[in-house]
Amino acid sequence: MSVDQATVRRIAHLARIAVTDEQVPHLQGEINAILSFVEALGAVDVEGVEPMTSVIPMKLPMRADVVTDGEIGRLVLANAPLAEDDFFLVPKIIE
Amino acid sequence: MDEVLTDPTALTLAEARDALAQKKLSSLELTQAYLAAMERGRGLNAFIVETPEQALGMARASDERLAKGEGGRLEGLPIGVKDLYATKGVHTQACSHILDHFKPTYESTVTAQLWRDGAVMLGKLNMDEFAMGSSNETSYYGPVASPWLPPNWSVEKARAALSSDKRGLLVPGGSSGGSASAVSARLCVAATASDTGGSIRQPAAFTGTCGIKPTYGRCSRYGMVAFASSLDQAGPIARTMRDAAIMLRSMAGHDPKDSTCYDAPVPDYEAAVGRSVKGLKIGVPREYRLDGMNAEIEKLWGQGVEWLRAAGATIVDISLPNTRHALPAYYIVAPAEASSNLARYDGVRYGLREPGKDIAELYGKTRAAGFGDEVRRRVMIGTYVLSAGYYDAYYVRAQKIRTLIKRDFEIVFADGVDAILTPATPSAAFGIGEKGSADPVEMYLNDVFTVTVNMAGLPGLVTPAGRSAEGLPLGLQLIGRPFDEETLFSLGEVIEQSAGRTALPQAWWA
Repeated sequence: MSVDQATVRRIAHLARIAVTDEQVPHLQGEINAILSFVEALGAVDVEGVEPMTSVIPMKLPMRADVVTDGEIGRLVLANAPLAEDDFFLVPKIIE
Repeated sequence: MDEVLTDPTALTLAEARDALAQKKLSSLELTQAYLAAMERGRGLNAFIVETPEQALGMARASDERLAKGEGGRLEGLPIGVKDLYATKGVHTQACSHILDHFKPTYESTVTAQLWRDGAVMLGKLNMDEFAMGSSNETSYYGPVASPWLPPNWSVEKARAALSSDKRGLLVPGGSSGGSASAVSARLCVAATASDTGGSIRQPAAFTGTCGIKPTYGRCSRYGMVAFASSLDQAGPIARTMRDAAIMLRSMAGHDPKDSTCYDAPVPDYEAAVGRSVKGLKIGVPREYRLDGMNAEIEKLWGQGVEWLRAAGATIVDISLPNTRHALPAYYIVAPAEASSNLARYDGVRYGLREPGKDIAELYGKTRAAGFGDEVRRRVMIGTYVLSAGYYDAYYVRAQKIRTLIKRDFEIVFADGVDAILTPATPSAAFGIGEKGSADPVEMYLNDVFTVTVNMAGLPGLVTPAGRSAEGLPLGLQLIGRPFDEETLFSLGEVIEQSAGRTALPQAWWA
């Protein structure tokens, strides 16, 4: 399977990575190189095989449903590129 | 003793620990010696951040504890930390531009345990961006040079390359290239590293150092920048098998903050170093004998078999029939998980932000500017294989193949095989700028022997085993049963001793 340039643009949009028109053919080549590398997997017989969900058989640990932390708004915002009071700042979303 | 007085950086971790305990040396002296070595070694670009004030403060506190006889297992020993570990208040970017200026407000569990046991932090180590790479060339902070001289290069030529673009100097491997280079160049006594497809083991093999990726779940992933969560594991790179064992004991252990972290006591791995391997059954998988395999690597592998046999192990041929599917399946699973994990870098909560007229443009421009080529490539592949209409054909199929790969190992272990011996890498280290520029897959092939281990969640260890005809280090890999790192340390020690301790390179860079 290989991707065309429209698909490359669609993937970039889904991944929220802006790409320029000049980058598209190059990205197409790279993605197709990787897709051709993984193509042989299509021939493997996986009939009746369960997809892996946990590499080490382990029960998901449970804990009491209680608050274990909080009141750390200052720490949460400490690395924000733009913040005001207790909020992250973003461009206006609703007109 | 003379070594202690003239150059304490020549001591292994175990030797330095003993010298500190015997008061032949203080942690302050040892730490100062390493800080000086780091300064002289800046050209290698192994450390991207140095934390001398923190290091000296920690060393003084260690000396006080040692004087009172209260020292921990790693008391006063100066280590380097891969930039992927969250270190409170200290640069943590996984060597990506998108995490610019990020200083965590918390500490990763692995590093917290190292400080708990008395280790001293020297600084943060270079790596491939988000651990995606096999040569440390994808770092936003530039490539790392290996301290090993390229074959037939003069010191003058190497020094000239070091102060320009480093092309032609050897890569230290990746993604833990800063860790491997720094340990091999004696800029730190040992280092933390991490391994998603071979990122501890391939750099260890390239630099004549020891590395272990423990069983998935052995170390907590809390505070490690996530790449592919079902494959990522922490582990050390160190100068000897014993040093790696000492480091792993402190790094491993249960952590309620990581639900995939295994709840079982951590053994004294150092006690397994030197333990007899007599009667152990070692599997040699025929599928690892690749067409067109490098003759030196094949010979080294045979030599490893002979060393283990001479130490009393039984050697058996085994088959792991799904081996050839592991690398392609990895290049679906790992990018898929990466695309999901890296969705958090949006320019809003931390890191780089490129302004946009609306939120969508802000996301798109920030991520375009913040991710390097390799990361962008993998995020896009991952997005594609998870997208509607392709999820079953790619992602679910790859996860089924992963089940088959793990089953191969389970069958062999059920037959009584204690560990598996394989090559670590398809070749010795290559040059900076030499690989992968035209075709990304060329670089991916570096992990052909190591990636199966991550896919199956098993422990894998690399030990130096010899030199190529050109004098470069080569390693062998041992793969173990889940949570049986001890057997790997015992076997690794046999190979390390049989091969003879690799003399680390002279400090031509200083």
